[in-house]
Amino acid sequence: MSVLAGGVVQAKLTPAGRIVATLNRTAIHVVLALIGLIWLVPTLGLLVTSFRPRSDIQSTGWWDILNLHLTLENYSQVLQAQGMLQAFMNTVFIAVPSTLLPLAICAMAAYAFSWMRFPFRDSLFLIVVGLLMVPVQVAFIPVLTGMRELLPDLQLTRGYGAVWLAHTAFALPFGIFLLRNFFITLPPDMIEAARIDGASDVRIFRMIVVPVSVPAIAAYGIFQFLWVWNDLLMALVFVQDSSKFPMTRAIQNLLSQYGTEWHLLAAGAFLLMIVPLIVFFSLQRYFVQGLLAGSIK
Amino acid sequence: MGLAPTPAAPTREFPARAGLEAARRARGPESPKWGATILFLAPAGLLLLVFLIYPALYTVLLSFNRGRNGIFESWVGLDNYTRLFSDPDFINFSTFPPSGALWNNVLWLVFYTSIVIALGLIIAVVAARVRYESVIKAIVFIPMSIAATALAVIWKFVYSPDSNIGLLNAILGAIGIAPVSWLGDQNIVTFALIAVGIWGSVGFATVILSAAVKSIPAEVIESARVEGATERQIFFRMILPMVSLPISVLAVTLVVNVIKLFDLIYVMTRGGPGKTSQVIAFTMFQQAFEAGQYGYGSAVAVVMLVLLIPIMIFNVRRFRTSSVT
Repeated sequence: MSVLAGGVVQAKLTPAGRIVATLNRTAIHVVLALIGLIWLVPTLGLLVTSFRPRSDIQSTGWWDILNLHLTLENYSQVLQAQGMLQAFMNTVFIAVPSTLLPLAICAMAAYAFSWMRFPFRDSLFLIVVGLLMVPVQVAFIPVLTGMRELLPDLQLTRGYGAVWLAHTAFALPFGIFLLRNFFITLPPDMIEAARIDGASDVRIFRMIVVPVSVPAIAAYGIFQFLWVWNDLLMALVFVQDSSKFPMTRAIQNLLSQYGTEWHLLAAGAFLLMIVPLIVFFSLQRYFVQGLLAGSIK
Repeated sequence: MGLAPTPAAPTREFPARAGLEAARRARGPESPKWGATILFLAPAGLLLLVFLIYPALYTVLLSFNRGRNGIFESWVGLDNYTRLFSDPDFINFSTFPPSGALWNNVLWLVFYTSIVIALGLIIAVVAARVRYESVIKAIVFIPMSIAATALAVIWKFVYSPDSNIGLLNAILGAIGIAPVSWLGDQNIVTFALIAVGIWGSVGFATVILSAAVKSIPAEVIESARVEGATERQIFFRMILPMVSLPISVLAVTLVVNVIKLFDLIYVMTRGGPGKTSQVIAFTMFQQAFEAGQYGYGSAVAVVMLVLLIPIMIFNVRRFRTSSVT
């Protein structure tokens, strides 16, 4: 029970005091109900709309629940005719490597910064801390130009290569920072004992550090996955073949082509939201941890 | 009595001195093993050099250049910067209130940051007094998991000028007020967008501040109540001072959010009507990738970098003082 709940104190109140306390509690419930409504209703409205026939949407508001007809037509139209199924798959193709690559690379670098000895280790780590605040925008133009001029044959922005590399590279400062701060809290005796037994760094990393750090790595992995899943900016810059657009870009296109076709937009937006919502409700603990830790990004 | 560290802090706090001292012994042999070091650091080091450090330096160079095709051609001195700061769409002090993309970031900074923190604190404190606290926190937190693109669709729908579609105008209509074009009126649009930003971020503030509020020991609050302190006194004299550190951490995060803000604006208004809801990251994208003005766009990116440098220095300093180097 919360430390601020006034239960213990209330028992000591006089009858008049108890009435005041009850009124106060009613006010609290009203305020919280209002907050709950404000944070729930906009999303709920779009959810209801995504299941309403187009003709209904045009004639009455979604709150007119007495005349509610539900249909899956919007979803089938947006998935098939509007290519959202392809866009969903594209988002998966972009998000999975863009999560696994930074996880592996950050964990390795974080291990080096935590448990290995080499010159300028701490100065290099300070550079990583500084890079946390560099906005990705300062890298866009040269990275694109470099891909075009130096590697013209690879056509990185025509496939997923450019966006994988960009997401991975831009995730590094934060991932290294986060995992290093976790790795360094592991018991030194554990690492020392392994070293005395003659274990190599690769072995210590694989057999000790990674297995005992699964919660931290998972929290970071979830954070990075949702970051990429929800990203629009990097996809705008680094994915230039329209058949490879992720859902965020597909919805942006729907919006500029059919700004008022709410049956399509609502269904499209929910397809984009469904995976993050499932992740949120099933892995809430890790998710909140990741976001709390991720607040620096 | 010593206070427990705020639960919001440990994930961001740097490891304690004692831990580092002990860790030193286990940090491998005195002479570095080069092979292993290179193996562990090379992938990260190469990617950071090629995709972040070198490009950032090159962008600074491009900002002093015409930069057609994104390649350094000829030195134009401060041309891009003087053009940028005399562009009324970027910053315009000749009117009152001022306008332009940079000014919109100032509006975001002031209203978004303060209201997110205030609402987050209120919800954290009030929700802590009911049994369904976790439900309220989850509801408020949901928007944090959703893409800004989806937030934009949800709120374009709420803001629709058609009172058969937009909830807000339907409510206004029900009490006899004419529909408002929330996103079409240049005097309203930025505030309508800030409201969406607030709606999307309050859950984050609530979770961080709720953890901080809970770290205040129950006996302290209870004994204050028994001594006759009012709820108002408890809030302002006890809770607020004890959450000031998490609030400052939160404020820094929100300021960074504001400087990097892009997706929401791009999807909801494309910077419009006209250019009245643009923000700096939007201007950078548009100048560089839609207008093809790489030199000019680079100058905007450098302005973003410069705005973030104080926070960068703050972070590095804080890290230095809290770790043994």
